[in-house]
Amino acid sequence: MNAYFDNAATTKVSEKVIKGIQPYLTEQYGNPSSVYSLGRESAKAISEARAKVAKAINAEPNEIYFTGSGSESNNWALHSHQKIITSEFEHHAVLHVLKEPVLLPVYSDGIVKPIDLEKTLNDNPDVTLVSIMHANNEIGTIQPITELGKLCRERGVFFHTDAVQSVGNVPIDVKAMNVDLLSLSAHKFHGLKGAGALYVRKGVKLPAFIHGGAQEFGRRAGTENVAGIVGLGIAIEEAVSEIEDKNAELFKKRERIYDAIMQIPKVQLNGDLHNRLANNLNFSFEGIEGEALLLQLDMSGIAASSGSACTSGSLDPSHVLLALGLPHEIAHGSLRISMSKYTTDAEVDLLLEKLPAIVEKLRAMSPLWNG
Amino acid sequence: MYTEKVMQHFADPKNVGELKDANAIGEVGNAKCGDIMKIYLKIVDGIIEDISFKTFGCGAAIATSSVATELIKGKNIEDALKLSNKTVVDELGGLPPAKVHCSVLAEQAVKAAIADYYTRQGIDPSLFIKANEHDEHHCCGEGDNCSS
Repeated sequence: MNAYFDNAATTKVSEKVIKGIQPYLTEQYGNPSSVYSLGRESAKAISEARAKVAKAINAEPNEIYFTGSGSESNNWALHSHQKIITSEFEHHAVLHVLKEPVLLPVYSDGIVKPIDLEKTLNDNPDVTLVSIMHANNEIGTIQPITELGKLCRERGVFFHTDAVQSVGNVPIDVKAMNVDLLSLSAHKFHGLKGAGALYVRKGVKLPAFIHGGAQEFGRRAGTENVAGIVGLGIAIEEAVSEIEDKNAELFKKRERIYDAIMQIPKVQLNGDLHNRLANNLNFSFEGIEGEALLLQLDMSGIAASSGSACTSGSLDPSHVLLALGLPHEIAHGSLRISMSKYTTDAEVDLLLEKLPAIVEKLRAMSPLWNG
Repeated sequence: MYTEKVMQHFADPKNVGELKDANAIGEVGNAKCGDIMKIYLKIVDGIIEDISFKTFGCGAAIATSSVATELIKGKNIEDALKLSNKTVVDELGGLPPAKVHCSVLAEQAVKAAIADYYTRQGIDPSLFIKANEHDEHHCCGEGDNCSS
């Protein structure tokens, strides 16, 4: 059997989505910009999806812009600002856009502190935008968005949050949370890859990102990904309606995994256990390297992810884990386990059956491990 | 991304563990970079009678360690010193560019172990072995010229 523990990377498409997008892959192929009825049907489907996305985060439909990915949404939200405050452990789709960002620190608990933002805002009156992710993609820690947003709102500074990991996993209310811009991505909550959205609060200025046709209120040209957008609408509606029940199940599974893995000697959880997405755990195992761990797990039919340098394709381990203050060798030995509503007890059983022996096997061949 | 041969050596590495009666040990790499290789040799009459390794690192690091130990087991010291990273890569049917440095580490680990043997015999190893050129605090990877 196989077990999939990499839902922070991407998720399985839901049955409802597959069914709901079928017409737009077959007979309902009209261009939404066309005047005839085949086109108008597509346009109608997009506006229904827009309303669903808006409702899911307590926004208005005309505040939702469809994009091609969470990364595009992040790039767009930031691209017209000169001076931005963000944090050390944002996604690269935020950090790599910025030339000289002012970086807030992250501590071992993986939480950005409002007091740091307050001080940094006061020290940098020329800042026009703050961007702090809602939930971290590697360690799943949830940031105090409402408080951070309030500090920005009080000063007339725009506040963006990358909510790619949190939408569908925790309730979101952009009004209550003082958010001006929010990025989300369909494939993280059982929608299709290649469909994202950016929420832009009414009154927030945002220049066009892709120039050409009049799609997306004239701000993001290009014929719409109709099936992807319809799927996004269905997926977000379904995911948001299931949050409570799903998380109750995920907490149980997470506790089982946590209790069992913490029995392994010299293991640590990265980031706070409680202010954390219900589907996420991230451990470091002393004396072993993450890619070797992933390959061993894969040989046992288990898919997961790691912040080791070898898996990131760079020479340094994950910037997220380094931002928490982890030494390089501990960051190299990290394992991210991320679940979804489709994760079964049998998958958890397989993980807990295989992982301890794999850790032991790799440690037995490690010169850093002395038994 | 890995060849079948790499995966075979990774899944079932040869000569793993500590060699209790080793008379030479070499260690290269560092934990910060994510790979350390330690090679144990038992040299009798100039022949590598037994060999083992311990490696902290990725799949390629483990596979190159395993294959390097196989390639020089039973060889005399002079032949073992001729082991190049290219031989290791070829034996594995190739490595992704970002992983070639693991084969360099394997070559260096063998040389470091033999240098240790010479030192223990009261012989200056630099007469036979060029010192490892790479700064221990610099991580080798794609784009680095670690194999020259």
